[in-house]
Order: sequence, then C-alpha cells, then structure tokens
Amino acid sequence: MSAPTSSRGAAARWGLNLYAAIGLLYLFVPIAWIVLFSFNEPKGRYNIVWQRFTLENWSDPFSNAALTNAFSQSLKIAAISTAIATLLGSMIAVALSRYSFKGSSGINLFLVLPLTTPEIVLGSSLATLFLDWDVTRGFTTVVIAHIMFQVSFVALTVRARVRGFDWTLEQAAQDLGASPMRTFWKVTFPLILPGILAAALLSFALSIDDFIITLFTAGSLSTFPLYINGSFRVQFPPQANVLATIILLASVSLLLIGVIRSTRRGVVGTS
Amino acid sequence: MGATDVETRPPPARRTDLIGLGALLVAGALIAAIGMRLITGSLAVLATVLLLAVVLGLVFAAAAGGPETRRRLAPYGLLKPGMLWLALFYLAPLFTLLRASLSTLPSRFAVEAEFDWNFGNYADAFSDFGAQFGRGFAYAGIATLLCVVIGYPLAYVIAFRGGRWRNVLLGLVVVPFFTSYLIRTIAWSSLLSDSGPIVGTIDVLHLTGLFEAAGIMDNGRLINTAAAVIGGLTYNFLPFMILPIYVSLEKIDPALVDAAKDLYSTAGAAFRKIVLPLSVPGLFAGTLLTFIPAAGDFINAEYLGNPNTTMIGNSIQDQFLVQNNTPLASAMSFVLMIIIVVAVLSYTKLLGTEELS
Repeated sequence: MSAPTSSRGAAARWGLNLYAAIGLLYLFVPIAWIVLFSFNEPKGRYNIVWQRFTLENWSDPFSNAALTNAFSQSLKIAAISTAIATLLGSMIAVALSRYSFKGSSGINLFLVLPLTTPEIVLGSSLATLFLDWDVTRGFTTVVIAHIMFQVSFVALTVRARVRGFDWTLEQAAQDLGASPMRTFWKVTFPLILPGILAAALLSFALSIDDFIITLFTAGSLSTFPLYINGSFRVQFPPQANVLATIILLASVSLLLIGVIRSTRRGVVGTS
Repeated sequence: MGATDVETRPPPARRTDLIGLGALLVAGALIAAIGMRLITGSLAVLATVLLLAVVLGLVFAAAAGGPETRRRLAPYGLLKPGMLWLALFYLAPLFTLLRASLSTLPSRFAVEAEFDWNFGNYADAFSDFGAQFGRGFAYAGIATLLCVVIGYPLAYVIAFRGGRWRNVLLGLVVVPFFTSYLIRTIAWSSLLSDSGPIVGTIDVLHLTGLFEAAGIMDNGRLINTAAAVIGGLTYNFLPFMILPIYVSLEKIDPALVDAAKDLYSTAGAAFRKIVLPLSVPGLFAGTLLTFIPAAGDFINAEYLGNPNTTMIGNSIQDQFLVQNNTPLASAMSFVLMIIIVVAVLSYTKLLGTEELS
C-alpha cells in the first residue's frame, strides 16, 4: 500500500536526481578547466586561451621563482598556524564537550562570532590593530591572523566530531587504575584524534587559500594567492595551474585516506 | 536515595566554577585592554604581571585543590589559551577599527590618523558608497537564494538517495574547494570570456538575444556583467550551503517519511510537513554561511565584474590599501559589520534556532 510508484513519481524522482547531478557537475566545471590549462602552452603571458597541449609546465612546476617563493611562504604559514590553532582549538573543543561548566553557552556564542564576521572586517580590523601597535606587517602578523580564524574553526569542527563520544570510557579506565594522564593518552586522545586530524587538514587548506585577511595583514610579504592577484595584471603563468592542481591532488588523496579509514573502522562520525 | 556516585557535587562546586570563570574573564579583559592600548606604559606592565598572576594562580589553585576542584577548573584552563588569543586578535581589533573609524588623517598624504571623534567618516561612507553597499547586499542576497535553489536538492539527493555512496558524494562536493579560490575565479573569467566555450555555445545556438533579454548577457558579453559576479559568488559559496543542509537532512529518520506515506500522505506533503521543517536549522546555518562572506567579498566583483558592479568589499579594500584612507575604510568596514550583525540577529529571531555550527 505504501508509496505507489507511478510513472509520474519515477519521472519526478529521476528528474531530481538529474538536477542534482547537474549541480555536482557545475561544481567541477572550473576545476576541470584549471587542470586542463595546466597542460596548455600559452601564447604570451596569459594562460587563459587554449593554444596547444604540452607537458612542459608539469616537467618544471617550480620554474617561476617568484611564484615558487610565494607558494613556499604559504606552506610555511599554513604549517605553523595550523599546528598552533589545532592545539588551541582542540583544547577548547574538549573543554566544551567533555565538561559542563558555568559560562559554556557564552563561550559557544563567542566562538561562532569570528566565523560570522565578514573576512574583510576581520582583515581591516587586524590591520588597524597592527597600525596602532606600530608593528610592521609581514610573516608573523599573517600567522597571527590565520591562527585567529582557524581556532574557532578547529574548535567547532572538533566539537561536532566528538559530540557523540562516550566519556564514561575515561571513567572506566580510571576505575581500572589508570592515572588521568595515562587515561588521556591511551583512551581519550586516540578516540578524538580522527576529528582533530580532519579539522587540521581543513584549516590547513583554509590558511593556504586565504586571500582577504592575508591581503590586509601581509605588508610586503607575498603568499600564493597574493602573488597570483598581484601579478594577474601582467601575467598569469601556467605554473599557477600546476601548483593549484598539486594542492587539489594532495588534499583529495588525504581525504580519500580519511574516508577509507573511517568507513573501515566505523568509529567517530564521518565527514 | 538512589545512586549516589561521583556526580553528586559537594557545595563548593559553584564557588570553584565562579573562580574559574572569573579568572578567564579577568584575563580576557586584561589582554584585550592591553591590545586596545587602553592601558599603556608602566600600567601595561602592571596589567601583564596581573594577567600572569591570574593564570598562574589558577594553575596553583588546581594543583592545591582535590580532584573535584581540578575537574571543575580544568575546562577553564583548557579554554584559556584559545580564548585569550581571540580576545587579543578578534575583540581588540574590532575596538581599534572603531577608533580608527572616528579618526582623521592630518593631511592627504599622512599615514597615521589621529583619533578625534570624527563622525564625518560615517557620513562619507553612506553618502559616497551607498550604491556599493546596496549592490554588495543585493548580489549576496541573490547568490544566497541561488545557492539554496542549487544546493538544497543536491544535499537532499545525497542524504536520502546516496546510500553507501553518501560519503563519496559529499567528498565530491568539498573537493573543488581545495583548489585556490582565486584561481577558481580566474577559471570562471576564462570560461565566461568572449572567446570562451560558454559564449561560443550560446552564439552557435543563437540564444544571445534570449540571454540579453533575461538581463544575463550585456552586448553579447557574459564576462564583466552583474550576472557574472553573482554567478561567481554563487559558485564560490555553494558548499557552505550544501554542507549544513546535508547535516540536518542526514539526521532525519527516513522512517518518519515512510510513516507519513503509510498514512496516505503524498510525497510532496511529506516533504513539506516533515523534511522541510526539520531541515530549517541547516538552511538557517547555510544561508548565513553563504550570505555573510558573500556580502563582504570583492574578488568576484574584481575578476568577473566591471566598474559599475563593484561591491562594498571592493570599496573598503580600495580605500584602505590603495587610497590609504584608513579612517573612511574603517567606517565602511564597521558599518558593514553592524548591518550584518543586525541582519543576523533579526534573522535568528525569525527562524528561532540557536545552532549555527
């Protein structure tokens, strides 16, 4: 009796699936374009009109010295800021999900604020802070700014991941005579680690890709997005596409490893 | 009566909580005040010493107290480093932004502005950049709407029909966003360019007139139009719409829908009465996560638009970093934030959900 599958219902069903498939395809159009153009041999300095296929850009992705330097700055900034932000953010997440304490709802609200403030406001306000302090903007100020928006992001992501976590396991370990330290490293940490790693990966990607906040806090420093924006008026080298594709491949493989591991083990909510 | 175990709190628990929270708030206030430079000179040194004393005092209190005291103080200790970072680099900057917005540049070429309660910057922000404010919010609003139209069905199909491919499909939604935002936008500018494949296809199909009538094309061009800017915003923020909607749809028990159908509800009615209301939190979070960054964006307008499609983000960036008019740019930035806060608050009241993340 339930759900009569008329031909009209089936058509609507497939119509919706098709619509969703087109939506998914839309997400990949420019990505395919970027990857395709990493194999282009551009005429002149702009890699935006298709000329002919070449492997040359891939054989030497680091031939553009300024671009390579900017890219390595981005990696360095992301590595440092992600390490610090992951530590600070995970501590907040553990405090919020493990304990019930006075003021936790206020803390929750405060954490959401940086993520609901437009980036241009965050960037320009940090710039006024550094101007006020008479600090020269550069590498350190960019790292500081990135940690700021990553902390909230990590805290909320990790908290969402450990929401269903059974904290009585800790109690069990301690009842069996484990010290609090030992309990943390042997029970708690391994269980929340996948969530922390996922949050770290995402915030690393946020840092590498950040343009607006970085623009306001970088001074004369050049990062990957800043270099591309700054040089776009004069050139757009195909190596930019190669590096973008490399970032894509690296993060996709990390994501794949994560998905495979989580489906195999079936612990802690996926994605 | 009943089970009395460790969870029964001894009376001083409340006081311990208050000490922990108090220490956190005092430390936060001190570091923010130092950051705002409300406390300077030797007073700042004193404040720093006080800050350290509060932090160390809490550590000692925890070490000296019993396990229960430690358990109650632990969350405040865990929160402290991150919260102090946010107090110094999120709260304090908002204050310096406000102070900068009320300052005056002594001369056209001066770098350092002087604080003198100059409200004129706000008057200038509204009178000179009203159009950019309007466009910023209008484009962001349309893009958010388009994101719902594209993103909701996609999230729905993944959540209810994805089966064991759910995680893979969800991964596919996220993957494009691991390539650079700027390069993605540049790719769109190349795709939409006059010699690009999209304009070429439209030409071959002789649909240019239709697209122009619909206000999407302008003089046979797609690039450098308002439609291109809105399209770019829609594309770049779509995952922020899909993911929260998916999360709220995924939580819905399919048995609820089956039950409705067993009770002779049509598929459409079951969707309207069950699925849609239960997905409101996701829609709420999604629209905010799309609208807020879109309203402040300037990359799409810069790469895909023309001088008549600039958004407020473009003006702030230009005034701050190119014209070096920090006071005016700060005033515009502050206004943007206030408008968004007011919009978010009234929107929250309208939909009445607390869950944002």
